Amino acid sequence: MVEQVAAQTNQTKTSTVFKIEDCDIYYGSYKAVRDVSMEIPPNQITSFIGPSGCGKSTILRCLNRLNDLIEIFHLTGKILYHGQNLYDSDIDPVEVRRRIGMVFQRPNPFPKTIYDNIAYGPRINGFKGDTDEMDALVERSLKRAVLWDEVKDKLQESGFSLSGGQQQRLCIARAVAVDPEVVLMDEPCSALDPISTLKIEELMMELREKYTIVIVTHNMQQATRVADKTAFFNAVPTESGGKVGYLAEFNDTQEIFGNPKETATRDYVTGRFG
Amino acid sequence: MTSFRGTSPESPSLAGLRKNSSRPRDVFNIIMTGLSVLCVVITLIPLVLVLAFVTIQGAGSITPALFTELPPPPGLEGGGIANAIIGTLIVVAIATLISVPFGVMAAVYLSEFSKDGQVARWVRFFTNVLSGVPSIISGVFVYALLVRTGLTGYSAVAGGVALAVLMLPTIIRTTDEALNIIPQEIRWASIGVGASRYQTVLQIVLPAAIPSILTGVTLAIARAAGETAPLIFTALFSSFWPNGILQPIATLSVLVYNFAIVPFEPQQELAWAGSLILVLLVLLTSIIARVVTRQKTY
Repeated sequence: MVEQVAAQTNQTKTSTVFKIEDCDIYYGSYKAVRDVSMEIPPNQITSFIGPSGCGKSTILRCLNRLNDLIEIFHLTGKILYHGQNLYDSDIDPVEVRRRIGMVFQRPNPFPKTIYDNIAYGPRINGFKGDTDEMDALVERSLKRAVLWDEVKDKLQESGFSLSGGQQQRLCIARAVAVDPEVVLMDEPCSALDPISTLKIEELMMELREKYTIVIVTHNMQQATRVADKTAFFNAVPTESGGKVGYLAEFNDTQEIFGNPKETATRDYVTGRFG
Repeated sequence: MTSFRGTSPESPSLAGLRKNSSRPRDVFNIIMTGLSVLCVVITLIPLVLVLAFVTIQGAGSITPALFTELPPPPGLEGGGIANAIIGTLIVVAIATLISVPFGVMAAVYLSEFSKDGQVARWVRFFTNVLSGVPSIISGVFVYALLVRTGLTGYSAVAGGVALAVLMLPTIIRTTDEALNIIPQEIRWASIGVGASRYQTVLQIVLPAAIPSILTGVTLAIARAAGETAPLIFTALFSSFWPNGILQPIATLSVLVYNFAIVPFEPQQELAWAGSLILVLLVLLTSIIARVVTRQKTY
């Protein structure tokens, strides 16, 4: 079933994976993000940077409809995935999340064995193969996350027995095990030490070959190291005393950091605020 | 500071580091510690006395016959309380079979699906009210519901239902809390790989919460096993072997209640023995609850 879905995705593949059109995002009546329009290209790493509260994580979570879990969340505008609006009423959010995977800020392995952490996703998505095929899938996923050599002898141990960096790679392996097209990463290294961070970054560069990656990061050096394109989100005060986020500038990473068009971008990337 | 110089062998500024138990705050410290220890001892006295008394009085009557024979007719010697031991196990098993599925499912609704709306708030409120209801009320309720109406009459089932009513609030509350402790990120992770809500609950959230849920269930069982009031007019009592779950049945707590107040020596001894076994049963379940809790993930 997984292969079949992947084949369908390939047929409709376009030069843009996501096209966000005029998105406003509300929590209740509070407008959190206003008027975002951007296009995210395939097989590249796109990073979202910006000060706290600018809505970059919020936008990221719209891309796989994870915000549906928040009761008061509401979105206007369109988020097109290969031309299909993800927020159309006949779209199944569960299937959206299968194709658009997510890695979270803090490593969050399931309280299960390393093996079952990987096997869970395929199983609930109707994996039909026998034990050998599942073994192969688990091995392939762990290798893709460059974790296989470290855990191959202890697949039946708990996911919690791993170090923080290994747990995060386990979470990446878990995300790629269901064969998504896109992997969203919400500050995946913010809870990790520098060496683990470097490993995750190398991993992202490799995963770029096969997946489209969107990453939210607070670390501007990280954005310059890994990202092909960078979106700078900013927040401005509103009349009612709150803050609203907006997309200030979106361009190739070199341009954002080397030759920003907006004053706010320049101030942020040179460390004057945020 | 300089005035210390010469009187102390070490550097004068270090003199204050020495212990000095005559300062007011050190005296206060010692008194308060003593008071706490005293309170702990006073609290433990009734517990130790009850356990010791029951053990001394009951231990003498612990014989193999106790676990294999029926109680003797009034005036005769010997016999055992085997029927009551089995009866307690049966009634508590019925209560557990009823209360665990309902309680856990209700808690799953509260924690995972209610979105903290009005319904959940009222259900939580009434669960708390229910846990404060005197146990005899639960007995009266089931008496009116099942016994008076003739649906089951005096029976093990009626007793089980009465105990289930008492167990429900504990199970709902502990399961609800156990589910709330599970980090939100685990649910997101599961939903992020394409799981539906119920797959997430059944395969990720509930398994992670099982040790805490089991603790709640064992505590509820321990409480229910010792209840007398709800059983007196639901399970009633029987001097014979259990004869199906739709017949009156003997239980340890009712046996103690019945036998402790009769004027016959052998019955009174059996009541002591029954008390001891009941205490041991409750102790055992509590220990099991402790052991199970150690395997908690979160």
